[in-house]
Amino acid sequence: MLNTNDIGKVFPPVTAAVEKGRLRFFAKAIGESNPIYTDEAAAKDAGYESLPMPPSFFFSLKMDVPNPFENYEKVGASLARILHANQAFVYHQSVMAGDSLTFESHVADIYDKKAGALEFLVEKTKVSNQRGQHVADMTTTLVVRN
Amino acid sequence: MIGFDDVHVGDELPVLQTKAISRTTLALFAGASGDHNPMHIDIDFAQKAGMDDVFAHGMLSVAYLTRLLTGWVEQAAIKKINVRFTAITQLFAEISCSGIVKEKFERDGTKLVLLMIDAKDQNGEIKISGSAEIALN
Repeated sequence: MLNTNDIGKVFPPVTAAVEKGRLRFFAKAIGESNPIYTDEAAAKDAGYESLPMPPSFFFSLKMDVPNPFENYEKVGASLARILHANQAFVYHQSVMAGDSLTFESHVADIYDKKAGALEFLVEKTKVSNQRGQHVADMTTTLVVRN
Repeated sequence: MIGFDDVHVGDELPVLQTKAISRTTLALFAGASGDHNPMHIDIDFAQKAGMDDVFAHGMLSVAYLTRLLTGWVEQAAIKKINVRFTAITQLFAEISCSGIVKEKFERDGTKLVLLMIDAKDQNGEIKISGSAEIALN
């Protein structure tokens, strides 16, 4: 069970490096064949400093900690019962391999539907780079099936 | 490169058709995406949780949707993506991603195109639907 007292709870920040090898592996996993995502020379020819980080990879990098689901479990959302309900990204600046990103997250909302049979956890995350520039925002909504 | 004036309300993006999602697809995506939730890679865990089998990460189809967008415009043009997961994506699903221009507008001096996007399986069942904002000159 979730508890609305956890609205506003701040999760520990996560800092993670954007690594070329990991971006190449991600490109392979999602069937991306555009060489700018895997070949640094192609990326540079296209005007990028290095491999660009693809748009949904923010979600992945945020999970670059020993137990990425710990925050959710601590507020009562167990892994076996959660589903992803909604995901939003707002992009402010490009991110490249070689950057380091910091993710600052908090619980923005908790609510239920169907008399508590479904509970929703809304997490908002601000993403900054190593220069302190605000590069993106993410909103993740999880549904807990009770 | 596509310009703002080249785009019209009702225009459809070229459909992105992906290959059937296999257990290998999910294993690779788990490793590459960092989402190691066993629900997607471990049938024993999934069955204990009351599912018949593992199912695909929702974010895999989101990644396919981002390929739809980056196949159409440069990545830097993408300003917002907002999607809702409407159904679980089963193993062996063949996901196709579509987009249609819903609106053209200006905000703070930036010319933007609002797209409605979705990801469907081979039976036409919508798995993900939502919108994206693209800045064009």
